[in-house]
Amino acid sequence: MMWLSPSESDALRLSLDVAARSVGCSLPLAIAFAWLLTRRRFLGRTLLDALVHLPLVLPPVVVGFVLLILFGTRGAIGSWLHRAFGIELVFTRNGAALATAVMTFPLMVRAIRISLENVDRGLEDAARTLGAHAVDRFTTITLPLMLPGILAGTVTAFSAALGEFGAVITFVSNIPGETRTLPLALYTVLQQPGGEHAAARLASLSLVLGLAGLLLSEWLMRSLRHVLGR
Amino acid sequence: MMLSVAAACRLGSFTLNVSFEFPTPGVVALFGRSGCGKTTVTNIIAGLLRPDSGCVILDDTVLLDSQRRIAVRPELRRIGYVFQDTRLFPHLSVAANLAYAQKRAIGPPYVDVAAVSRMLDLVPMMNRRTHQLSGGERQRVAIGRALLTQPRLLVLDEPLAALDDARREDVLPYLETLRDQLAIPMVYVTHDFAEVLRLATHIVLMESGSVTAMGTVGEMSLNPALRSIIGPDAVGSIIDGVVLGFDPSSNLTRVRVGEGEINVQAGGLAAGTALRVQLLARDVIVSTQLPRHLSVRNSLAGTVTGLHGDDDESDLVTIDIGGAEILSRITKAATRELSLKPGVKAWALVKSVSLRGHAFAARPL
Repeated sequence: MMWLSPSESDALRLSLDVAARSVGCSLPLAIAFAWLLTRRRFLGRTLLDALVHLPLVLPPVVVGFVLLILFGTRGAIGSWLHRAFGIELVFTRNGAALATAVMTFPLMVRAIRISLENVDRGLEDAARTLGAHAVDRFTTITLPLMLPGILAGTVTAFSAALGEFGAVITFVSNIPGETRTLPLALYTVLQQPGGEHAAARLASLSLVLGLAGLLLSEWLMRSLRHVLGR
Repeated sequence: MMLSVAAACRLGSFTLNVSFEFPTPGVVALFGRSGCGKTTVTNIIAGLLRPDSGCVILDDTVLLDSQRRIAVRPELRRIGYVFQDTRLFPHLSVAANLAYAQKRAIGPPYVDVAAVSRMLDLVPMMNRRTHQLSGGERQRVAIGRALLTQPRLLVLDEPLAALDDARREDVLPYLETLRDQLAIPMVYVTHDFAEVLRLATHIVLMESGSVTAMGTVGEMSLNPALRSIIGPDAVGSIIDGVVLGFDPSSNLTRVRVGEGEINVQAGGLAAGTALRVQLLARDVIVSTQLPRHLSVRNSLAGTVTGLHGDDDESDLVTIDIGGAEILSRITKAATRELSLKPGVKAWALVKSVSLRGHAFAARPL
């Protein structure tokens, strides 16, 4: 990446890293939540549904603030994580990944849920009569048929993760090389006099990344549909 | 050996209350109009639906007994299920669909992929994707897949309903092959009487959630309850006969039906073959004297055993020819003129050209 300055490529690499960690960790959870919300009827399902979607409507600063309270050094979960596993989240890239994951989680759950709703339950019944037990049915029938939605959710969440700003800066601050992702870098240069040129470069980079993500997702979906015979 | 089913359940405003049993191996047709609860019954047999109360016993195995709180899970029932909409897995090839069933089969294997693909002619489509198949081909793959679970019972839920007549004719012979070669018990759901005639040994007649009549196909062909579903023109006795021989000069096959003998237009059948013959009531003429100087090839002597008003103008006469009964529809005027009543000696006359036989190798039960 010769045409990028060291600080720019740092921010890009960090953004990709944070987004990858965020999506990688939240994907299995998103599939589990999508399944729970689609297939199970239980007390508090509506509440859980609302909680999952909350980051979509809350100001990101609020999400960052709540994360600080819960996962901060003295927070209920944060202090336990530190004591038990030595995991630090505040001011680290893992913290940035957590904030990003929470913000993009609803996008991922929504996409996966739609694809799960479209899976023909009749096919699962058929698998059942062919001798497949619950886990077997899920991994061999349901999951492959959900793949388009999982993929769409992953790509959308990854693209959105690259651009997450408010929750990240509130929770893990703006530390070069550790938490200064692309949007944070963009914000930083804008704070300096005469930073418009640098800002434009970073903005263009974000634009290219976002567009590439969407095009990639579209292409993947098309080839998947072909494989799934639709 | 026996399949016995009893179940009661409420699904919304629909109430199901059925009870029937039939000997295995055999093919029982669940026959009735759409919406009478046939699929609900097959789902209960396969275990996909739990009735409020009920009991399903296949041979010596209890699959469901709500009183004893026994409910074998569908994946362990060893019941092959062929769905109307095939439910082939769209993300797998034909071969992979078959392998899916074979890998999960429990119990002693009796057919392998090679045998199934030979029986159902699946070899040329093995590497195709399921959406590249025609309707008839899809259904054959679905039947093969169900067989590869090595089932003790095959449940087929209107497997031909989504196909046009030509395609139906593509698949029916394969089902006959299964019945005759594998001797696997089948529960066959249909609302098409032609399929019943071709495949079934027994009929369970259903109407709005309950069983209205049941028996062998021969018995049921005489049952007045059938008329309202198949229509007056399809009413007629169905007799499982045995081929006696072929007469090349007249091109007719002689068939023993009960104690009588009839000539049927069918070729290439060896003596001893089981042949099912349908004598439509509208095609049978009744005479009270031994008929002579007629073109009719078949005259069967017997005794009138029943006389029922069929509609305003006609009567249905039942003639016992010894070991089999024949139905004839005649006008009420004719009944009066011939003074037909139970006990009267009569001859049933049928033109050979109006008879078609269906080779039926399954043991007539």
